[in-house]
Amino acid sequence: MRTAVAIVLAMLPIAASTLSATEIPQGERRSGYSFMTPETQAIQNDDTANPGMLWVLDGDALWKKKTGATDKSCADCHDDASISMKGVAARYPAFDRATGHPVNLEQRVNLCRTTHQQATPLAYESRELLALTAVIAAQSRGTAIDAGSDPQLEPFVAKGRALFMLRQGQLNLACANCHDDHWDKHLAGSAITQAQPTGYPLYRLEWQSLGSLQRRLRSCMIGMRAQPFDYGAPELVDLELYLMSRARGMPMESPAVRP
Amino acid sequence: MAAALINVPKHARRGEVIEIKTLMSHIMETGYRHTAEGAVVPRDIITSFVCRYNGAEVFRAELFPAIAANPFISFFTTATESGKLEFEWIGDNGFSETASASIAVE
Repeated sequence: MRTAVAIVLAMLPIAASTLSATEIPQGERRSGYSFMTPETQAIQNDDTANPGMLWVLDGDALWKKKTGATDKSCADCHDDASISMKGVAARYPAFDRATGHPVNLEQRVNLCRTTHQQATPLAYESRELLALTAVIAAQSRGTAIDAGSDPQLEPFVAKGRALFMLRQGQLNLACANCHDDHWDKHLAGSAITQAQPTGYPLYRLEWQSLGSLQRRLRSCMIGMRAQPFDYGAPELVDLELYLMSRARGMPMESPAVRP
Repeated sequence: MAAALINVPKHARRGEVIEIKTLMSHIMETGYRHTAEGAVVPRDIITSFVCRYNGAEVFRAELFPAIAANPFISFFTTATESGKLEFEWIGDNGFSETASASIAVE
């Protein structure tokens, strides 16, 4: 009997640690880049080997292309993206005063299209939308992430954090179970990583394409056998916002390359 | 939208071995995949790549369905004279793209 009690007591701290996630200390935060092999890092390091730069190239052309009923291009209002968009992606998702909600970069581009260009919004993960977000995010390379510092965003960051800690799906896993508690371990052959969204939109070798942070989040939810939120759902934006605020101060890498 | 990224050194010494890197935007659909309804997704790949140095062919590659999307091709050649390097990608469904880069050889 005494040994049984001892075993139960010994198991308590383990049980407690799996239930309440321990957040990653500031000094131990690592970009997904540092988990990659030198070969994959080399693809990201060289702009003529990084396939994400193909979307940046396309985005550059789209930036200058006139569209919509007003026949305006992005450049007609924002001029040179390399100046006007510098550091912008590092602040997204940002608070939108008109709707009273945070909007991510994809939604901001589409808001601009519908209100200022009077054009149809672009579909999530379409080549055009990814190209535009890629060219915008590329202007923030090296800029420290500064999302979520707006006090109006506080309740949304909190909602995103709650979602990150929430167990969901058939496997009954929370994001935090892997990315806060076990980021130094592996899931089969793959590094788990800390879920620091420093390089979105990014080129994933598995996708053979550029993809948004929402695509990544939805893939994770499918992996834990949960019902993924729809693209553009407020829950996904809140999660994006929490992850970006969690990575505050880390340098942007867009368009990054990941395995 | 097709875009290419080319990396050719701007300057080289005569006789120097230079590395050329090319990246072409392409989906490289294998033709072996099926949709959820069971229909075959038709093959759509780049089938050949050629590099000409002042008109003379210095590198050629044949591409096949097992090659990943956005093929990255890197190769070496000897810098013989100043001039132009021309690149050509040809593929299914009439895909044809060209790009060029100039090099100064001293």
